[in-house]
Formats: sequence, structure tokens, C-alpha cells
Amino acid sequence: MSETRPLLEVSHVSRVIDGKTILDDVSLSLERGDLKVVIGPSGGGKSTLLQCVNFLQVPDSGDVFLDGQSAREMSRRNICEFRQKIGMIFQDFNLFDHLCARDNVAIALQKVKGQKKALARQRAMAELERVGLADKAALYPSQLSGGQKQRVSLARALAMDPMAMLLDEPTSALDPELIGEVLNVIAQLSLSGMTMLMATHQIGFARHLTKEIIFMEAGRVVEAGPPKILEPGGGGRAAEFCAKLAQVTGR
Amino acid sequence: MEALSAALISADALTSLAEFSQSALFVARGSGYTAALIAGAMTLGLVMGLPLSAVEVYGPGWIRKLAWLYVWFFRGIPILVLMFLIYFGVFDFIEDLYQKVFEDRLILSPFMASVLALGLASAAYQSQIFKGAILSLPPGQFMAARALGFTRLGAARHVILPQAIRISIPAWSNEYSILLKDSAVAYVLGTMEIMARTRFMASTTFAHIRFYFLAGLLYFALTWIGVKALAALDAKTRVPGLGHEAYRAEDLALEEAALLEKAKSP
Ligand SMILES: Nc1ncnc2c1ncn2[C@@H]1O[C@H](COP(=O)(O)OP(=O)(O)OP(=O)(O)O)[C@@H](O)[C@H]1O
Ligand SMILES: [Mg+2]
Repeated sequence: MSETRPLLEVSHVSRVIDGKTILDDVSLSLERGDLKVVIGPSGGGKSTLLQCVNFLQVPDSGDVFLDGQSAREMSRRNICEFRQKIGMIFQDFNLFDHLCARDNVAIALQKVKGQKKALARQRAMAELERVGLADKAALYPSQLSGGQKQRVSLARALAMDPMAMLLDEPTSALDPELIGEVLNVIAQLSLSGMTMLMATHQIGFARHLTKEIIFMEAGRVVEAGPPKILEPGGGGRAAEFCAKLAQVTGR
Repeated sequence: MEALSAALISADALTSLAEFSQSALFVARGSGYTAALIAGAMTLGLVMGLPLSAVEVYGPGWIRKLAWLYVWFFRGIPILVLMFLIYFGVFDFIEDLYQKVFEDRLILSPFMASVLALGLASAAYQSQIFKGAILSLPPGQFMAARALGFTRLGAARHVILPQAIRISIPAWSNEYSILLKDSAVAYVLGTMEIMARTRFMASTTFAHIRFYFLAGLLYFALTWIGVKALAALDAKTRVPGLGHEAYRAEDLALEEAALLEKAKSP
């Protein structure tokens, strides 16, 4: 039965802040193992959408279903458990500055999942290994490069064994030469079957891995379809946006 | 004859020296009381100030308003008035009530009133220190913690407060030295701390200068010890890139600005 319904479903979500409609009736769904990419101009509502998916911002209307379970019907405590099952990656990493890389990964295992310290640390080391940072475990965030910070934050999310991941422009704050190492980890994840919804400007990268591009503008999904909608002469807003982006970045 | 009087004088001087050192010791023992006052007040201030600051930043509106009220009440009243209010108002009331209910006598000491007054006021000040520290942290960390499944309280407790406390140590050291000096007011209730003993000795021997000078020295020593201890704590809990570096960068910027200013003037 669970095979037929989507793993993650966003259903008619709207969000109004200070009388301004930020999200306007957005719906989308991800099957197990899907990677879908959200693109669009700045201020289009990508971050707001991702934060509504795990109810960091409560949508003013609409609902989100994870494995068929309605987030809106959950109690506060259940919402916290619901969030554990959805990993989130931020543009500016948001690592905990007072903890070394290992403890950044371990702390939620200890304090949220209630695991013993030794066990949590062991798991943290395994996750750091997976993102290629085992040798940096003792360093603090201020001692890591941007790419390393983002990989630690990926390890931190993965340690919680999420069913799906939300990635909000994971490479936008990185120097060009550091983008590759982060995209590599994300590509590996996707290939290993992780379900992911990602906002990004890395269109070239996205095109190769995704089945569907979702183009957002002014809080609405304007266009959605296979990566070829981005190609020149596609005719839609997404292709137009892509051409502009290529002009700016020279690619 | 002359030799005799010289001997008498020096004997006199000797007894007075012995007397003074004895009464000086009596005054110095007040340091213990003063230290206990400060320890109690700082602890109470910390235990109340931390949750107050968390509530002020993360609490729902009406609790925030209550916290704000608390802060303004205790910042707005002189310590002296607070001590009288607690000792003669609140304590008398509680003692009477206890007598009526349990038909037994309860004695609340001036020391307790002093600790309460100093501690309640310090909680107001410390909450502002911690609040400033919390607000100085990048907001994304709270959101990241929530995204990992932390409750609001859990995120505040495990992610935000440990950082806020570390950042607060320098300001906390400042609060310690202010509180130490505020504690001198406790003599009005008869708490046997440094000031009360000094006043007693000074007014019975009329050697005002000596005793007040001694009191000054004792306060100075306590300040020095406390500030050094907190600086050691600061160094011990240092985390690369957290707070301290920022302070140092600020200091450097100030120094740089001062140097530039100097270079401008002929
Ligand atoms: N807390 C808030 N209060 C008021 N307006 C907000 C708030 N958060 C977001 N907005 C507005 O909502 C709109 C969408 O913002 P959002 O951050 O979701 O866009 P985005 O697509 O992620 O943009 P970017 O590419 O710059 O990250 C913007 O116009 C923004 O100003
Ligand atoms: Mg955004």
C-alpha cells in the first residue's frame, strides 16, 4: 500500500506573512528515491517552501504528508519526531559553533534520540567518514572551510536516518572551487536512493540528476517538468530564466 | 626617666599594634561573609537570569511581558530599598504566617534577606547579559536545531545557552565586581560582612582611616581574585571562533581606530 502513495506530498500549501502572500497554493510530490529541483529568481519563495515542508514554518493552509501521515494533524511532540525524519541542509550551514565536527553530528543523536554518548559518537564518526571528513572530527566550525562545513552539516542530517532531505541552496555560499566536493556527496546520496527536494542555482548539476525541475516565481509553481524545459527555445519562463542565469554566470 | 617613658611609649605602641591586628583580623573575617553573600547572589542571579533570558527571547508574548516587568522592577529599585522591603516586609510577613500556621517560630536572617535582594537584582542584570549574548548568535543555529527535531526548549538548552554562557563570561566578570561592591550595603541589616565589621571597629576605636583603608584593601583583593578566577574559566572554556575571538577582533578594531586617530593629530 505504501508503495503506491508518494513518500512526501506537499498539498496546496499557502503561506502569508504580514498580509503578503509568499507561497500561493503550491503542490508537489516525491516518490521514494526522487530528486526534485526547485529553481527560480531570488525572493520567489524557495526557502519558505522548504521550511513549510518540515513545518519550521506552519503553512497558513494546505498540508504536508510524509509516508501518508498528515503533518497538520500531528501534536507538537509528533511534529518534532516528524522533523527528525526529514533532514535539512541550509545555505549557510548553521553548524553549532561551540561543538567540534564530531559533536555537531552527535548532539542530536544524544539529546533528541536519547542515544548513549559513546554510541552517538561512534555513529558520528561513521557519518563523517562517509562525507570524507573523519580526519577533521576534532575541528570546530571556525576551523573548517565552507565546503567542509557543508559536508559536516550533511553528516549531521544523515546521522538521524532521515526518510527524505530538504536542501536549500547547499552550494550558494561556497567558493566555486569548493562546490564540487559538496555536489559529489549530494550526487552519491541521490544515487544511493535518498529522496531529496533541493533548491539550487546549480542548474547544470541538477539537470543530470533530476527527473523534474520545479520553477517557482512569486510564490507559485509556474512550470514543472523534465530538465529539458530549461533548454534554450523551451519557450517557458524556466528556459528564459535559465538563459539569463547563463548570461550572468557565463555558462 | 626618659628611658622609662620611651619604654612605656613603645609598649603602648606595641599593645595598640596587637590590638589593631586583632581587630583587623575581626574585620578581615568579614570577607568570608561577603564572599558567601556574593556566591549566593551570583548563583541565584544565574539560576534565575538564564531562564529569564531564554523566556525573554523565545517565550510567548505574555511571558515575555512578565519577564520585562521583572527586569524593570529590579533594575529600577536601589538595592538598599530592596533589602528593607524584603527584610522588614516580606520576611516579617512570612514569619507571622509561619507562626500562625505551624505555631512555631521561624527566623529568617538578615543574611538571607541580603542574598535575596542582591540575587533578585542580579538576576535582572544577568538576564540582560544572557539575552544580549543569545541575540548576538546567528539565528540559523536555532532553526537548524529545530530541523533536527529539537523542541524549542531543547534547542535553547543544548545549542543556544551553552554558547550564550561562554560568550557572557567577560560581562559576567563585570557583574561580579559590581555585585561585590553592592554587597557593602548589606551592613544596614546587620549582616556581619566586611562593611558592618569595619563600621563597628571604626566607630569604637575612632581609627577611621585605618579601618576603612583595610576594608578597601579587602574589597580590592576579593575583586582581583574573582576576576582572575573568571578569566581563568574564560580561558579554559575557550572555543575557537566563538565569542572570544569576536571580542578580540573588536578590541583590535578599537586599537586600530585609536592608532589612526593618533596619527591624524600632529
Ligand atoms: N519572515 C519573513 N517576513 C516577511 N517576509 C518574508 C519573511 N520570510 C520571507 N519573506 C519574503 O518572502 C519572499 C520569499 O522569500 P524566500 O526566502 O522564500 O525566497 P527564495 O526563493 O528562497 O529567495 P533566495 O533565492 O534569495 O533565497 C521574499 O519576498 C521575502 O522577502
Ligand atoms: Mg532562499
